[in-house]
Amino acid sequence: MNEIFEIFSAVVGTFVLGAFSILFGLSVKGIDRKISARMQWRIGSPLRQPFRDVRKLLLKESVLPKNAVSWIYNSSPVISLASLLTILLFIPIGSIPALLGGSGDIIVVLYLLIIPSIAIIIGGYSSGSPFSSVGAQREMVLLISYELPLAMVIFTLAWRLNILYPSYSALSFETFQKFPIWNSVSFLGFIGAGIFLIVILLVTTAELAKVPFDIPEAETEIAEGVYVEYSGRNYAMFYLADAVKIVVLSAIIIAIFFPYNLSPLLSQYYPVAPWLGYTIDILFFMFKTIIIAIIAMTFLRTSLARLKIDQIVKVYWFHLFTASLIAMILIALDTMGVF
Amino acid sequence: MKIKKVFDKSLWVFHVNTGSCNGCDIEILAALTPRYDAERFGVHLVGTPRHADVLLVTGPVTRDMEEKLKRIYEQTPAPKVVIAVGTCGVSGGVFYESYNLVGPIDRVIPVDIYVPGCPPRPEAIIDAFVKAWLKLEKLRGEGGDDGGS
Repeated sequence: MNEIFEIFSAVVGTFVLGAFSILFGLSVKGIDRKISARMQWRIGSPLRQPFRDVRKLLLKESVLPKNAVSWIYNSSPVISLASLLTILLFIPIGSIPALLGGSGDIIVVLYLLIIPSIAIIIGGYSSGSPFSSVGAQREMVLLISYELPLAMVIFTLAWRLNILYPSYSALSFETFQKFPIWNSVSFLGFIGAGIFLIVILLVTTAELAKVPFDIPEAETEIAEGVYVEYSGRNYAMFYLADAVKIVVLSAIIIAIFFPYNLSPLLSQYYPVAPWLGYTIDILFFMFKTIIIAIIAMTFLRTSLARLKIDQIVKVYWFHLFTASLIAMILIALDTMGVF
Repeated sequence: MKIKKVFDKSLWVFHVNTGSCNGCDIEILAALTPRYDAERFGVHLVGTPRHADVLLVTGPVTRDMEEKLKRIYEQTPAPKVVIAVGTCGVSGGVFYESYNLVGPIDRVIPVDIYVPGCPPRPEAIIDAFVKAWLKLEKLRGEGGDDGGS
């Protein structure tokens, strides 16, 4: 009986979480467009513009190019969206523990994070257009570039927490949740974690493929690149996947760097009912997500121009790798107790 | 395919130059700059005809561009609206009898809205989007069949 209830709650939770992340992701996109417009001294589109765009795309004709491989071409948007929704099941949201927290950890999340990019690459190649082939190659270059700093950030911090608290599972979000990294390290480790935060924010920009790292879709040079042949329903899926990706990546940063909640703090002063505590924590989570999206996406994409391919590889493999290496050494010194 | 009202406030635009002198193109960009800010109405410039709802065509159609313009029109998913921007696109303008031209845009593809002017002001181009809403409204009234695909 208990097992049936667990399965039931997982299924219902998946639907609720999926609906929440799609609606919230589209709202964040709207906020992003509005702030970007205000930064350029424009009035900008209303906050509900992404909802209108998706509804319109769903009404449009969905074209299948003559030389496309139809089943791959049609399935890759769905795979992209589905894998992103799956990641959310492994990440704690607010004070609610991850829905499938017991059955997967950070390694699963890291692998699932690659799948949307792979789906975009395969979809790009299967469209049978030279523009989308070039876009898919660029997406691969981008994927190879940002994976290294991302893995360094997550595994170094997990290693540090595992040395401090060996009795807890090293690569689980719950350990990060229980012992926030800022409280667990001394001065040198604090600086190292700060460098890691900047690195992961820049990785987020590339993962979302936004300016200055938007080489796969670069509409002025390769005509939207990987998405060049996608229209109507298929493109709406990619649009939703992009919106959900913002929520997913912010949720990962929040779970690793800012796992703080408001309800324990409030309950010191007032008695807080459990449902109210969950609501406050989810609202606080949404607030943190919007802040991270604005810093990692809106500010960068509005104020910078697109980098070239070789410049992007250089940024990730040289600059951010060096920064991660320095942060790693600082955290290692912190572990040895030098200061 | 049923056209709903949501179309009006989310027009994605693809810009085609079929031999224009670049004057109209600059005015189209001016309509998107902070001063006129067409994005207020959901207008968004896209990089491929597959994402477009509106084709903004400028210039008289040169012989070289005739086939390409037809292909771009066919690549745009239905329902779609075509706006001819500038005197050259509307009538041929001063190049009317040139041996190098096929003629005005509506000799190659069906045009829904004409924006005369050499070049037209950005206000006129924004007004064309309002006219596009009227066209979409008419399509809705006719039972929502698309504008030919």
